[in-house]
Amino acid sequence: MTDVQTLDRVVIRFAGDSGDGMQLTGDRFTSDSATLGNDFATLPNFPAEIRAPQGTIAGVSSFQLHFANADIKTPGDKPDVLVAMNPAALKANLADLKRGGLIIADSNEFTKRNLAKVGYATNPLEDGSLVDYQLHAIDLTALTVTSVEQFKLGRKEASRAKNMFSLGLLTWLYTRPAENTLEFLDKKFGRDASIRDSNKAAFLAGHAYGETTETFAVRYEVVAAPVPPGTYRQITGNKALALGLMAGAAKANLPLFLGAYPITPASDVLHELSRAKDHGVTTFQAEDEIAAAGAALGASYAGHLGVTTTSGPGMALKSETISLAVMLEQPLVVCDIQRAGPSTGMPTKTEQADLLQSLYGRHGEAPLPVLAAQSPADCFATAVEGVRIALRYRTPVIVLSDGYLANGAEPWLIPDLASMDAIDPAFATEPNGPDGTFLPYLRDDRLARPLAIPGTPGLEHRVGGIEKADGTGNISYAPDNHERMIALRQAKVDGIVADIPDLVVDDPSGEASVLVLGWGSTWGPISAAAKRVRDAGRNVAVTHIRHLNPLPANTGDVLRAYDRVVVPEMNLGQLAMILRAKYLVDVQSYSRVRGLPISPAELAPHLVDVIDGKDAR
Amino acid sequence: MSSGLAGIPLALEPLNRKEFVSDQEVRWCPGCGDYAVLAAFQGLMPELGIKRENTVIISGIGCSSRFPYYVDTYGMHSIHGRAPSIATGVAIARPDLAVWVMTGDGDALSIGGNHLIHALRRNVNITIMLFNNRIYGLTKGQFSPTSEAGKVTKSSPAGSVDHPFNPVTLALGAEASFVARTIDSDRKHLTSVLRAAIEHRGASLVEIYQNCPIFNDDAFAGLKEVDSPAVIPLVHGEPITFAGGQLGVVRGADGRLAVKPVSDVAASDLIVHDAQAKDATLAFELSQLTDTQDLSASPIGVFRDVARPVFDDEARNQVSMPADREAALQRLIAGPDTWTIV
Repeated sequence: MTDVQTLDRVVIRFAGDSGDGMQLTGDRFTSDSATLGNDFATLPNFPAEIRAPQGTIAGVSSFQLHFANADIKTPGDKPDVLVAMNPAALKANLADLKRGGLIIADSNEFTKRNLAKVGYATNPLEDGSLVDYQLHAIDLTALTVTSVEQFKLGRKEASRAKNMFSLGLLTWLYTRPAENTLEFLDKKFGRDASIRDSNKAAFLAGHAYGETTETFAVRYEVVAAPVPPGTYRQITGNKALALGLMAGAAKANLPLFLGAYPITPASDVLHELSRAKDHGVTTFQAEDEIAAAGAALGASYAGHLGVTTTSGPGMALKSETISLAVMLEQPLVVCDIQRAGPSTGMPTKTEQADLLQSLYGRHGEAPLPVLAAQSPADCFATAVEGVRIALRYRTPVIVLSDGYLANGAEPWLIPDLASMDAIDPAFATEPNGPDGTFLPYLRDDRLARPLAIPGTPGLEHRVGGIEKADGTGNISYAPDNHERMIALRQAKVDGIVADIPDLVVDDPSGEASVLVLGWGSTWGPISAAAKRVRDAGRNVAVTHIRHLNPLPANTGDVLRAYDRVVVPEMNLGQLAMILRAKYLVDVQSYSRVRGLPISPAELAPHLVDVIDGKDAR
Repeated sequence: MSSGLAGIPLALEPLNRKEFVSDQEVRWCPGCGDYAVLAAFQGLMPELGIKRENTVIISGIGCSSRFPYYVDTYGMHSIHGRAPSIATGVAIARPDLAVWVMTGDGDALSIGGNHLIHALRRNVNITIMLFNNRIYGLTKGQFSPTSEAGKVTKSSPAGSVDHPFNPVTLALGAEASFVARTIDSDRKHLTSVLRAAIEHRGASLVEIYQNCPIFNDDAFAGLKEVDSPAVIPLVHGEPITFAGGQLGVVRGADGRLAVKPVSDVAASDLIVHDAQAKDATLAFELSQLTDTQDLSASPIGVFRDVARPVFDDEARNQVSMPADREAALQRLIAGPDTWTIV
């Protein structure tokens, strides 16, 4: 009987060729972690090419899972375990592995040809170069093929189940029950008996292999994490965003209209909503990004909740339509799932470099509210908030997510719709001007205008992109009117500050002199880094911004309350620049733009240096 | 064939032309062809019998795109070239609205060419009025995608080397289900074509030859004389003759359409116009009789008027709202795999 050792947290990375089923394997292990009550966070990482050349570094697809017995915020820095299905997977991921970490490699794939393909002169499984790691070179392919012999599949077909063999082995290694995965395979491949049974056989063979070979001296377990009671599910950012948009529309009692054009990493939002047509959701796959935004604006004008989703290059194309929405003062929710740019950049990699584009990337003075989600599950709440502001203030709203949140998953305490506030679109039905006229640009106490949708008798009126007279909305080129309208549009957006919460600072000791301020998906890495800093005996304060325009009312006070402020961002310091300009505070940017989330292991020592006054300032 | 106006509520009492006149001063140049189109439109609208508030006019940018401001219905003056996409959103969202798109040759065929062809391809229930004056008017006189080659303008002092679009050919190529051409000076024809267009269910494209007296005056002068030999009127079910009945369209020995003196051919050889033919071959051939360079010949009328599945009808058919929306959404939010912590 192998000893079982209890661990607090484990980071596993599954890596293989893009056809090796690593995403499925990772997903499956994640679901298992969830049902066992572990907290978790994931980071899928796949090539932009659908099928990059086999066995090359470019074709490596990986899935990282961090699971723990405590609240965790990131998919983890350095994997404890690397499953490498071929030499390319080993080469691409080895540098990240913890010293002493566990490597499970499919020795079958370490052929001369495959080694040469990625530049290995000798076989790393045999030449001693992996002496610092616990290496398990196992012929996964041959073992898998043997385990499914009874199904009389071809060798290629048979070897495809090797991801399930490795999953079975890890399931054993982490002392998990096999039932969940067997049930899952029944469901997933129920329609094809031979695929279902061969996958199950391979999985069970992997499990039995661990049990019988005595290759592994120790098994591990990670006990359940203490989390608030309630019903949970696993959710990715894009799924949460789609559900949040639907929830916003439902709370506003409006049909949801999505105009979208396929773009990585936003397409999954289109896919999710396209499957929800029986929930009053219309999806329109337009001929381009511009038409996607245009149709959403048209649907909004006609009384639906108009939404358009995209990523950076698409945002650039939509900017003229967004400016029109600003000018019309028409609700529109624009979701930008940011990716590494500029131009095509790295479509499957993450970045936060569309902040300035979102805040300012339009012609003329075109202010609008900008929000950012901080975790995969938080995409839900952020989408609902975006809907609320758009309808309440008659304005386009930009909701920012990014590739890391979009595809990453975490446990989500399922929200109760019934307990969420209703959103009143408050469409106009009665004249509001003298002699029964309708003034489409008369404003309420929050400077929001009335919205009369087509079909409403007596309120016929025209809107347009030309500057309009205050109140009547008639075309006006009068100099003073233009200045007044610019001021009004700005004041309306600025005024939203009264309707959003103050920044909350997490400073457990109350003694911190350094504040770390983040926005968007850096929340996880910053929280994890702060924990390390505190574990290292330092004080540090942390705060996170959801509303990027307008900024919370107390932002300036918070910034000025600390000696030093560090702003980590996956860009060259875009929020840092805004904070410096707006509040005249000498905030310092911590910038990483590698297409990957900021690493807590790198950020923490930097923060310690800042706290200790040892950073190169 | 289901009407393009089906599903739009009817006015309880007859409306009149004046009710479609907004309080805004019309600001086109004196003599602009747009005035005639506006008058014909405002004359047609009450005849359609639908509620005034259920009409929406979406325009792009250009002289003709000022149109919505002058009609007292709902309207949006939007972005250069993008009106078809905005109108598509309106039409999908609301089957109870008559949706018009006002656009020009630059707006629809240059900057907005992509949206135009896709709106026609999808067959969204919208009616597109394409004011073709063969020039950029609002930006003060540059050649447009329908200007004749060699056109001398401020941006083409040595003569434009652009080959002109034939909007009818383009629309037919995009598989439009309704394509027509008319002219601003013939109010009766213009009105009848617009009526046929709005009553057609699906995307309708109406090219309107429209005179710009300032930057391209008399571009269509040759088409305005009575019995002009340049105008080839198309009437569904009628033999195609013109120039006071002296010329006719026949199929030549080479299989192509040809213009012949009626006196030289048997009456049975005259091509009978069939706008409802399932395939667009004849309509396309007729569109090719247009001389896009000098307008020495131009068929006028409805080229094509056929029924095919309407995008917004089909899109709406796929969408439903559950009886208890929040309860259904709550189930969707929970998803199939949950776990409970107590």
